[in-house]
Amino acid sequence: MAVLVNKDTKVVVQGITGREGSFHATQCKAYGTQVVAGVTPGKKGENVEGIPVFDTVNEAVEETGADCSLIFVPPPFAADAILEAVDAGIKTVICITEGIPVNDMLPVKQYIKKYYPETVLIGPNCPGVITPEEAKIGIMPGHIFKKGKVGIVSRSGTLTYEAAYQLTTRGIGQSTAVGIGGDPIPGTVFADVLKWFQDDPETEAIVMIGEIGGTAEEEAAEFIKSYVKKPVVAYIAGVTAPPGKRMGHAGAIIAGGKGTAAEKYKALESAGATTVKNPSVIGETVEKILKGM
Amino acid sequence: MKVHEHQAKEIFRKYGLPVPRGYPAFDVKEAVEAAEQLGTWPVVVKAQIHSGGRGKAGGVKLAKSIEEVQQIASDLLGKKLATFQTGPEGLPVSRLYIEEGTQIDKEYYVAITLDRSKSKPVIMVSAAGGMEIEEVAATNPEAIITHVIEPFIGLRSYHARELALKLGLPKNLLNKAASIFTTLYKLYIELDASMVEINPLVLTKDGNLVVLDAKVDFDDNGLFRHPEIMEMDDPTQISPLEVEAKKFNLNYIKLDGNIACMVNGAGLAMSTMDTIKLAGGEPANFLDVGGSANATQIANAFKIILSDPNVKAIFINIFGGILRCDRLAEGIITAAKEVSINVPVIVRMEGTNVELGKKMLQESGLPLITADTMWEGALKAVEAAKGA
Repeated sequence: MAVLVNKDTKVVVQGITGREGSFHATQCKAYGTQVVAGVTPGKKGENVEGIPVFDTVNEAVEETGADCSLIFVPPPFAADAILEAVDAGIKTVICITEGIPVNDMLPVKQYIKKYYPETVLIGPNCPGVITPEEAKIGIMPGHIFKKGKVGIVSRSGTLTYEAAYQLTTRGIGQSTAVGIGGDPIPGTVFADVLKWFQDDPETEAIVMIGEIGGTAEEEAAEFIKSYVKKPVVAYIAGVTAPPGKRMGHAGAIIAGGKGTAAEKYKALESAGATTVKNPSVIGETVEKILKGM
Repeated sequence: MKVHEHQAKEIFRKYGLPVPRGYPAFDVKEAVEAAEQLGTWPVVVKAQIHSGGRGKAGGVKLAKSIEEVQQIASDLLGKKLATFQTGPEGLPVSRLYIEEGTQIDKEYYVAITLDRSKSKPVIMVSAAGGMEIEEVAATNPEAIITHVIEPFIGLRSYHARELALKLGLPKNLLNKAASIFTTLYKLYIELDASMVEINPLVLTKDGNLVVLDAKVDFDDNGLFRHPEIMEMDDPTQISPLEVEAKKFNLNYIKLDGNIACMVNGAGLAMSTMDTIKLAGGEPANFLDVGGSANATQIANAFKIILSDPNVKAIFINIFGGILRCDRLAEGIITAAKEVSINVPVIVRMEGTNVELGKKMLQESGLPLITADTMWEGALKAVEAAKGA
């Protein structure tokens, strides 16, 4: 089962002939993902390590039956690339691109919501999605993940790896790991992924990794309170971050006294999540919870 | 990216917003010339720094004569101004803005920013202008009127008129106020702003609306479309090390502690800072070397870190994904040859090619302290910083 993607998912890579696109398309394929097509306008007929390249997503979908898109298109053109995938009927759009202007995402987010409510956009500015030993659709190092029963959802790429690694070294596998990304307008928020994990019979526990900025973690806490019955282990990065400074991610900034780690911890604790302040004990904490079940 | 008030007002002027006459001045002579050019008294002398709260901190003063302009200008220029936003260190005042005086009857607040929970822009207006809006939000939230803007249709005149009515503005100014609001939204979208603020928007004694203070923050991701705004960048307003780091494409923010960190990924970088603090230390910086860092970049990162005289230890925490551990090790070894590293270096790395990376570091003969987990690394770094 797992969520969102599995061994049957057919992936088209947009921006496949670029440096990042070709490297990661090849890596995903090597992991076992069905990478069936690539798109770079004007390069139809070429191939990247045997993956056929098309001019448009429409063509790629018609020819190969792709149902998931992985986007590496540069920031000025990435919002367009997302819309092209959505309009071509792709059901799961995963956008890795970092640096998309926020105002470009305003109409994209509302367009999907209004005209394609069933379509899922993950990212932008995210590491992608992996269902271990089935499909890796993103830029994460596949070998640190292991098939299993813990769902991971995170705003940060390297912290996703950190959490997965801590679990895997303890022999605890993951159902799916979803990186929702660090931008102010994400396609998917914590609450969406928490719902999928709650509804997925194979997921037994959830690791949620948030960071300073915005109120997505507080909204997730509300959702946990009302819907999530499975144990949630939560960590928030940025306790020591000073206000007014953007900590790498465009979304990670404490503005107007809002978005602090302390507020987020408080909300999650009152929702019944197990919070950890030390990121090195995420794996250990999950292990204890699973043993107690 | 932030810009100064005089730059924001220049932009506002181009959009036809009602801004009082004024000129920037970089020295006392220019300040006097600006006052003479204005030809009316009093004038307002305003320190230009990237922070709010300048008035309370003594950075905005009224002058009634050339002598007073001279006095105030020489008092402010070259000094540091500390506001509640800058912290005690303050920011350097290297330019002033000389503006004609305005007769204030009432003050209002107007701002547009992103409502992240709705993923739509929001306009906020309030009759409690001139105050810090955070304070109004905390003590008197009903005083703030908000309207969430639908991106497909934008902020329309009828929305804006409703806001003006709710503010209780005089009827004869209804259309003028509405046009200020819709123009502000046009500017917000066209220039890829992340925040525009007028605080206060003033109703003058002779019944006009005037933008008395203007603030615009820009979305860094949108700057590539606006070279004219990129030119407004003022590097004196951020730490010299941050300016240096930017040149090398490194994401660096200086902090007050003595344990430097070098990390890949923004989330892990924040976590590393938090872990140092948990272990009883204080981080000296935030530094994300990014996913595609090479040996040169690692060496540059060392140079930046070591230019901070407070640094007593360096904690390198890398989770090799795209950035492979052997490449990191190569970077550390190269850097050690180029830069003299005179503080203890603690390395924790994990992920792709970790065995090869560890072997390279061992064989390099460098005096490195290794750690298996982030927590162990942080403890060792705190210990090392104490001993140094």
